[in-house]
Amino acid sequence: MTSNPATVRLERQISCLLVANRGEIARRVLRTCRTLGIATVAVFSDADADAPHVAEADVAVRLPGDTPAETYLRGDTVIEAAVEAGADAVHPGYGFLSESAEFARAVQHAGLTWVGPPPEAIASMGSKTASKRIMAEAGVPLLDVIDADEVSEGDLPVLVKASAGGGGRGMRVVRSLPDLQDRIRSASTEAASAFGDATVFCEPYVESGRHIEVQVMADEHGSVWAVGERECSIQRRHQKVVEEAPSPLVDAGMRERLFDAACTAATAIGYVGAGTVEFLATADGRFFFLEMNTRLQVEHPVTECVTGLDLVALQVRVAEGRRLPDDRPEPHGHAIEVRLYAEDPAAGWQPQSGTLRRLESRDVDAEFAVPANYGIRLDSGVRSGSLVSMHYDPMLAKVVSWAPSREEAARRLARALAGMKIHGLRTNRDLLVRVLGHPAFLSGDTDTAFFDRHGLEALSTPLADADSEALSALAAALAQAADNRCGARVAGGLPSGWRNVVSAPQRKRFTGVSGTHEVTYRLGRSGLVADGHDTASLVLAEPERVVLDVGRVRRTFAVARYGDLVSVDSALGSVELTRCERFPDPSAQTAPGSLLAPMPGTVTRVAVEQGEEVEAGQPLLWMEAMKMEHQVVAPVDGVVGALPAAAGHQVATGAVLAVVRAADSEE
Amino acid sequence: MTTLASTVDTNADGFAGNRAAMLDKLSELEAEHAKAVAGGGPKYTERHHSRGKLLVRERIELLLDEDAPFLELSPLAAWGSEYQVGASVVTGIGVVEGVECVLVGNDPTVRGGSSNPWTTKKIFRAGEIARKNRLPLINLVESGGADLPSQKEIFVPGGRMFRDLTQLSAAGIPTIALVFGNSTAGGAYVPGMSDHVVMISEQSKVFLGGPPLVKMATGEESDDESLGGAQMHARTSGLADYFAVDELDALRIGRDIVARLNWRKQGTAPKQEVTPPRFDDEELLGIVPAELKMPFDPREVIARVVDGSDFDEFKASYGSSLVTGWASVHGYPVGILANAQGVLFSEESQKATQFIQLANQADTPLLFLHNTTGYMVGASYEQGGIIKHGAMMINAMSNSTVPHISILMGASYGAGHYGMCGRAYEPRFLFAWPSAKSAVMGPQQLAGVLSIVARQSAAAAGKDYSEEDDAAMREAVEAQIEEESLPMFLSGRLYDDGVIDPRDTRTVVGLCLSAIHSAPVEGASGYGVFRM
Repeated sequence: MTSNPATVRLERQISCLLVANRGEIARRVLRTCRTLGIATVAVFSDADADAPHVAEADVAVRLPGDTPAETYLRGDTVIEAAVEAGADAVHPGYGFLSESAEFARAVQHAGLTWVGPPPEAIASMGSKTASKRIMAEAGVPLLDVIDADEVSEGDLPVLVKASAGGGGRGMRVVRSLPDLQDRIRSASTEAASAFGDATVFCEPYVESGRHIEVQVMADEHGSVWAVGERECSIQRRHQKVVEEAPSPLVDAGMRERLFDAACTAATAIGYVGAGTVEFLATADGRFFFLEMNTRLQVEHPVTECVTGLDLVALQVRVAEGRRLPDDRPEPHGHAIEVRLYAEDPAAGWQPQSGTLRRLESRDVDAEFAVPANYGIRLDSGVRSGSLVSMHYDPMLAKVVSWAPSREEAARRLARALAGMKIHGLRTNRDLLVRVLGHPAFLSGDTDTAFFDRHGLEALSTPLADADSEALSALAAALAQAADNRCGARVAGGLPSGWRNVVSAPQRKRFTGVSGTHEVTYRLGRSGLVADGHDTASLVLAEPERVVLDVGRVRRTFAVARYGDLVSVDSALGSVELTRCERFPDPSAQTAPGSLLAPMPGTVTRVAVEQGEEVEAGQPLLWMEAMKMEHQVVAPVDGVVGALPAAAGHQVATGAVLAVVRAADSEE
Repeated sequence: MTTLASTVDTNADGFAGNRAAMLDKLSELEAEHAKAVAGGGPKYTERHHSRGKLLVRERIELLLDEDAPFLELSPLAAWGSEYQVGASVVTGIGVVEGVECVLVGNDPTVRGGSSNPWTTKKIFRAGEIARKNRLPLINLVESGGADLPSQKEIFVPGGRMFRDLTQLSAAGIPTIALVFGNSTAGGAYVPGMSDHVVMISEQSKVFLGGPPLVKMATGEESDDESLGGAQMHARTSGLADYFAVDELDALRIGRDIVARLNWRKQGTAPKQEVTPPRFDDEELLGIVPAELKMPFDPREVIARVVDGSDFDEFKASYGSSLVTGWASVHGYPVGILANAQGVLFSEESQKATQFIQLANQADTPLLFLHNTTGYMVGASYEQGGIIKHGAMMINAMSNSTVPHISILMGASYGAGHYGMCGRAYEPRFLFAWPSAKSAVMGPQQLAGVLSIVARQSAAAAGKDYSEEDDAAMREAVEAQIEEESLPMFLSGRLYDDGVIDPRDTRTVVGLCLSAIHSAPVEGASGYGVFRM
């Protein structure tokens, strides 16, 4: 092959890139590599062996072990993997090693191209305390750091933050001084576990601030773009849940000041590549530097949608030493992203793990890319059948809508979310739909205290109310009946539940979030007769589809069964039911007062002993799961009976941790 | 294949009248069934529930596979007798863990579930169905034993119950006893003779003699638990194979036992693709005339019972008073014999004889649809050999070894009832529509015959014959015979397996055919001597 004189020959042209990450961000980077014609290498932990990103890369290298510390956080093994697989560049994604200057240097030292900012820039922003000094010197507005030892009553409330942190981990709000040391300790422990650095600091806590951030992009040749701002004010546990671009708070004047501050910040540290400068803003338009994230952000798709840019492609371009294009594109329309988490918002945002039986949407226009002409974008790290492991963040997917206006984007996203089939794991989907339809959200009145202000209880109420759940349970029963007939070994063609002498209806029992549904029905000559559903008549019952006329409204229910789990999707909202066993096995019953593990995890500490008297609410033991600490408390006043849990135990969901016998029980 | 057409006019006056009459009879039937379901009535069912126990039909519903059909047998047993309709026992064919089984459950709310003469007859019939069709038998036991005031009627024949159980076992047909309560004295042999026995903690009571009898016999002081509790039988005597903590547990274990039987049906499987009839089964209500003197075309019934209304008629133009032909029901092939004009002549008899033999050559079960007033009488028919020809039909039918199912739609009188495989000819199943009537002859004919005989005898004795007395006698006889030829009366005496809604005919026949194919289906290799 003769060389083409028109080709710009680059020292660092990337031909094969290793993605040092997992989940949706790994898939996101792989997608751009395919577009650019770059070969790809994935890495995977044992828990991720069957993950989609592994299958999608050209080759993949195993990182032995399950925990991040054994796998995705092991810079040395990741670099070895890159060398062995023949990669000439490494993209870190976000999280894990993405903000490790040491890793960035090691990558470069190994002769590989680092798709990220210079290690020095990472280092200067890596310490939040140090970065604040640099920013202050550059004239970027910021909040003061308070020495943890000098916090006084007048400083309250304060926020304890991990210096090396991000993503809300290692953050604690302190509202009274006696709590301070405890909060600092627990933030520090969490920070050490998540980032390998226990350093924490305090700053004034702004109760209802707005989180505004500016996407920057810089090349080695002196161009620094402020690509656009994003607002990510709606957060839970200091983690972003809803993100959008542009911010409804930001007007042209404020935007100009924000962009200036962001560019100043990037220039001050000689930044190259994609980065995000985060600010805390007040409703009157003032803003303070919080931190700079020296990597791609989770929420980068909203910026991609409104600008039409491929930020990962720009990262690669800059990493190869090339220039940014001459013109920065003007934003177009409005994009909103929601993070779909496997979690139970109503139960303290408890992360959920297990098998995601199904993740499907009819409304997706593009995956990991900007839809051609407005529409829904899906960036997901999982697919139907994926095991959501306790070892990693429980985010299932990012669902993004892009529309001409904010109202249209919100409405379209809410519909797409409501119509998704998400089976097997409890998620924050219904909460997201409620947020997107909330008047405060629609009027742009979003701040970091959104859930507190508008009531988490109301917002986390399932879309399907108790009546809808009961009707869904009827559909589940009828679908099961149809399946029973189809699968019958004998007499399968005979009418369902036929009796020549009628004595009792068929019964099926399900539990859902609104309680237990005892479905009693009979399919007779005159059609369906179901207790409590006088206006319902059966149009069609198939194993996976039931059509009922309820009054004059024809309703279609899609029913999917996975063992005892039944997922019913309809316009009434998605309902997950558990089929109650017809004959509970007496040997599988748990003793009354048993406290069960709410999720798989590790018992970290046990505070009581067998036979000890405990009061209701008293902490008995602590579990760590999904990087979060969970407390198990005594449900009633009583005595600790059995205590199978011990520190260090790995426990599965439903494992008995302790049994508390109520003080007033007979025994 | 030949698809039947229908000429039923649902707008005709006759149709509406027939339908109204049938619906009346069906509501009477439903009321009688409700009596059986009510068992011992609210007082006793409440008392039973208050003891934490399930009713017999609740037990059965839980034992059966969800959404599977259940055909209750002889629900009207003891109808018209001094005993409760249903005869304090529920029997039927149901599907447990994908296996068709015969279920027999005592109803403890009716006189403690004790057995009267109709109870034992009903249980014997269920056992016979289990044996002939090779269906595993599950007993749900809770019975106080023999109803003592009627012991003379049941003690001697009742022994058959235990013989039947062990003979089923010997034939390789599994027997399972779930003991829910009392199973004492002779009743103790129900678990005693069963292959698999489940007893329930503090509920099952299985002993030959209870504490009072033991005290009387030996002076020993004892109690129920040590004599026959589940703990004792599971740990000490070994009579209980499985110890259940409660009723639900017993039912769960019972289902598990069936699941482990490794049961295989010996008959052929039905066709997978089954087309429903092309005509509405609702119309079956208007086809049978309220007045049985009017004949009806049985093809209208066949068109609403068989798969795809597809019926290949045999000898359609010969002996047209009997319709014969081939079809399938729920995927099972059948040969159908259906009366068309009531009377059976020589041609019909010879046609039936050939048809039955053909079915036996092809191992095809036979379905008899009755509406017959009997074989033709009269000098020319006698001279034409009607007896010989009727005998040929009865010979072929009696010695036929393919399974027979009889449905009494309308009349089933005289030797016609025999030739069409009446109860005495042991069809595997026999059901009646509410419109059916069965007797040695029609009530008017019977009264008329008695009148003629009485008139002749008066004349021979030279006495006057009172026309007034004759009219009264005829009226009384007609009323009595009418009463005794009605399906509920006959069903009460266990002369059929139940009275069914005509609209359920296809379902009932399909269910029976499926049960029948648990046993091998084989045609006869020989017949009696055909008198030519």
